[in-house]
Amino acid sequence: MTSLFEYAPAPESRSIVDIRPSYGLFIDGVFVDGTGEPFKTVNPATEEVLTEVSSGSAADVDRAVAAARRAFTRTWGPMRPADRGKYLFRIARLLQERAREFAVLESLDNGKPIRESRDVDIPLAAAHFFYHAGWADKLDFAGLGPGPRPLGVAGQVIPWNFPMLMLAWKIAPALATGNTVVLKPAETTPLTALLFAEICQQADLPPGVVNIVTGAGETGRAVVEHGDVDKVAFTGSTEVGKSIARAVAGTRKSLTLELGGKAANIVFDDAAIDQAVEGIVQGIFFNQGHVCCAGSRLLVQENVHDEVIASLQRRISTLRVGDPLDKNTDLGAINSHLQLARIRELVDIGDAEGAQRWQPDCVLPEKGFWFKPTVFTQVSPAHRIARDEVFGPVLSVMTFRTPDEAVAKANNTTYGLSAGIWTEKGSRILKIANQLRAGVVWANTFNKFDPTSPFGGYKQSGYGREGGRHGLTGYLKGADRS
Amino acid sequence: MTHVLDPDALSDDARLTAPPLPPFSDITRSDASLRAFLHGLPGVDQVGAEARVAVLGTRSIKTTAKAWAIDTAISMVDLTTLEGSDTPGKVRSLAAKAKRPDPGDPTCPPVAAVCVYGDLAGVAREALAGTGLHVAAVATAFPSGRASREVKIADVKDAVANGADEIDMVIDRGAFLTGRYLDVYDEIVAVKEACGSAHLKVILETGELVTLDNVRRASWLAMLAGGDFIKTSTGKISPAATLPVCLVMLEAVRDFRAATGRQVGVKPAGGIRTTKDAMKHLVLVNETAGPDWLSPDWFRLGASSLLNDLLLQRQKLRTGHYSGPDYVTVD
Amino acid sequence: MSSDRLAVRKTYKLYVNGAFPRSESGRTYEVTDPRGHFLANAAWASRKDARDAVVAARGAFGKWSGMTAYNRGQVLYRVAEVMEGRHAQFCDEVATGEGLSGSKARAAVDAAIDRWVWYAGWTDKLAAVLGGANPVAGPYFDFSMPEPTGVVAVLAPQESSLLGLVSVLAPVLATGNTGVVVTSKDRPLPAVTLGEVLATSDVPGGVVNLLTGDAAELGTWLAEHADVDAIDLTGAPAGRAMEFEREAAGTVKRVVRPPATEPDWTADPGLSRMTPFLETKTVWHPMGV
Repeated sequence: MTSLFEYAPAPESRSIVDIRPSYGLFIDGVFVDGTGEPFKTVNPATEEVLTEVSSGSAADVDRAVAAARRAFTRTWGPMRPADRGKYLFRIARLLQERAREFAVLESLDNGKPIRESRDVDIPLAAAHFFYHAGWADKLDFAGLGPGPRPLGVAGQVIPWNFPMLMLAWKIAPALATGNTVVLKPAETTPLTALLFAEICQQADLPPGVVNIVTGAGETGRAVVEHGDVDKVAFTGSTEVGKSIARAVAGTRKSLTLELGGKAANIVFDDAAIDQAVEGIVQGIFFNQGHVCCAGSRLLVQENVHDEVIASLQRRISTLRVGDPLDKNTDLGAINSHLQLARIRELVDIGDAEGAQRWQPDCVLPEKGFWFKPTVFTQVSPAHRIARDEVFGPVLSVMTFRTPDEAVAKANNTTYGLSAGIWTEKGSRILKIANQLRAGVVWANTFNKFDPTSPFGGYKQSGYGREGGRHGLTGYLKGADRS
Repeated sequence: MTHVLDPDALSDDARLTAPPLPPFSDITRSDASLRAFLHGLPGVDQVGAEARVAVLGTRSIKTTAKAWAIDTAISMVDLTTLEGSDTPGKVRSLAAKAKRPDPGDPTCPPVAAVCVYGDLAGVAREALAGTGLHVAAVATAFPSGRASREVKIADVKDAVANGADEIDMVIDRGAFLTGRYLDVYDEIVAVKEACGSAHLKVILETGELVTLDNVRRASWLAMLAGGDFIKTSTGKISPAATLPVCLVMLEAVRDFRAATGRQVGVKPAGGIRTTKDAMKHLVLVNETAGPDWLSPDWFRLGASSLLNDLLLQRQKLRTGHYSGPDYVTVD
Repeated sequence: MSSDRLAVRKTYKLYVNGAFPRSESGRTYEVTDPRGHFLANAAWASRKDARDAVVAARGAFGKWSGMTAYNRGQVLYRVAEVMEGRHAQFCDEVATGEGLSGSKARAAVDAAIDRWVWYAGWTDKLAAVLGGANPVAGPYFDFSMPEPTGVVAVLAPQESSLLGLVSVLAPVLATGNTGVVVTSKDRPLPAVTLGEVLATSDVPGGVVNLLTGDAAELGTWLAEHADVDAIDLTGAPAGRAMEFEREAAGTVKRVVRPPATEPDWTADPGLSRMTPFLETKTVWHPMGV
């Protein structure tokens, strides 16, 4: 589609990042070769191999846990809380200083638009460290019981959708509360975590406090099941979350899970329609829909359905899909071939089940993993695309007639991570927010995150919270989980 | 890519005039019905609107796109002087600049119009004779609008008689804020009639309306009453043109055309000083109302100092090095 | 008045959905005192009784969680009042069932009643203690508040038949959840009497469901039940807790693991038995004009 006002390519320079030909594991403050079979990580926008990364074997994980245990007992545990805080402040500052480097690397490895990695992921990651740094010497005032004490070694496994941000959500609270960490980044997005290891070195963080062990599911399993791990924190799919919960059953390991979602975004007829449409777009197309709290089920009041869908389609037609490093790109690449296949499968099922598929007239790049922003209308609650998490840029639209029906449909899911409400009526917002069984409710906004604001799910979306005072509880002994 | 200025952009025959609007004829039957309609428009969430323009503000306009956008922006400028100290000499010098903004570069397009007080419209008309550039005059007891309707109408007729082919009127904000929407409506209709063939830009003075809900209502009110353009501000009140306000007005003209078939233009005015500001506005137009509005027929920038910044940026693009204030003219 | 009057013996039944049914299975089992003397025949709850209890608890959840915290506090306080009226009966049942002296049994009953009073006072303070406003970096009002998780299955302590039971049940109710409780297998009688107290103290039917029977048998059904949101394994029979926890993972239930040995129920419980059954909901709203 040609327009009068064609934005010329505005690529962010990738020369700022210096990707090494291969990466080892970060254990006890240094990079070491892993003993597992190394794997390649690719740029999903071009299928170009970016580098080769070590895979951590059970023995490597064992070394990492031992390093973390040593650091917990000898340096990080006994350290004055204020000093722990200072290290975290240092890390926050270093992240801010090298923000552009992190943003470019994140977009290269993950496929997300540079606008998002630059304006959302990396600034928020730095903010998480800054926020938690302040907690380190104030835990007595957190209202979590007297003399809160760290659990010990935290084993953390994070997903590929927000690699650096999820790292921050995991590591910052763990360190602030005095724990040490063994973190396994996702197989397809290990690079920013490895760059973070360099930050730890630059910050002179004592060896062993943070250990990064790259690898696939087996490596993650070794971390989770390691006998000397005191705390397991996982963000990822509900299926894997369940297997982790099974694995830690009967142990003394504390567990927090942040799993999948199928959020309802409810639009009432009195909503500020233009902002609601923005919120719908932000809700489902932010990060290509690779968001556990994505507003993937749009519930529109029947009397404004046509109007909202027309506005939505017009707006989606302006989305710019393409090169993640272009500063004007709104929708980047799908993270992996595997995820693309999953999206295609569910979309095919949507077609087969009789929902109406609409996609804008946009041209996708030839190489790489891409999927057009997609809207399904005439979706029934019984359709798979209304129940299964697609984890891609695919919106399922359903209608409702009354507030009760909206709530009933919104809650009709095994998930309970997030939800959206759009109405100009204040009392309705508070009532509906009350009735929704979801951990985060965005009213007249969507997909907003902040380190001070607890995030986490109801039901099969997991348990425990990340962020805010509540997020500390998962990392402290005897702290009342909430 | 065809970043070529529309050759018809400066002609006025493409413009639609305001026909009666059958689906909306009942709305203005009474104060109550007009009020019910305006208050029935969807609300505007301020934070959401601001977030939207913030994202659009990060659009990176480079190379060919920038060159096109700068020339387009220049062609959309209503080059304005609205000072008590204005003189025929000042207006003539402004008109000369309007015709050839960059005397050293004949490829630089002219601006859209010169905007002056009504008593100087004749001077501007004479100075611009034969150029196709428009003469815009502010009227209706600009900027406050605090005068009787007779005086305002006389003001308009005087400006038209002096040669203005565009009238920038102000709405009665006092009436609007007290809810006398029909008064505001009737006055715009009366002014429109007094304009004759001159095009009417309706200044909402959004800085005094304060909320974006009011901006949306006032936009619809002005369009229903027959305004050819809706304009943000007089430039005498702060804040003047802001991006969220412009966003809401662009949504209003977009929705109004969808509802009635009639296209109305938008003119942010006041406070737009830099090329970057202008780029942001063009991006806003492009991604809100759409490319149909990307011409001087449908989008204007009311400004004075903006032009020189556009020229400096234009020179930078052409020469590859930074320019300086001595390389553009002082008006 | 003749002292040789033949006593009217009580039939000990289940308490489900506000009524006192026998087990649908028709099963009963013999309850004896610690020395093996017959005390009563108790209903032996089956998996279908557990199923019915979950349906009842789910049905009652909306009303109970939707009550004002003040109202819920008054209802729980009323439980203490009504228990006080049956003080002697509870003392008798605890003494015979647990083989305690009269004074020890009395102390346990006193503590149990006082525990209801303590939790009654918590209902309208939890939101202030566990919730709050979050100062996010943007023009949004953002607050977090605790909400009940839903239906909680409780395997009640096997030893402490009344104080232990109240100590695990009251926090479930104070937080706005509804409960399905498997009572102490060998010492179920105070639980049945507690059911009678609950039935007459404004606790809506279905909010509490008491199943006398075997936690080893019912634990699996409750741990696997997809409409149960959380499970307290405190009274899980030795060696079975890990299995129940695994089963609970199938629907991502919130799990309270059992302590190594039955705790001292007279100790101050703090928030530890309430927070596992609370979710934190965070709500965002823009602030604009």
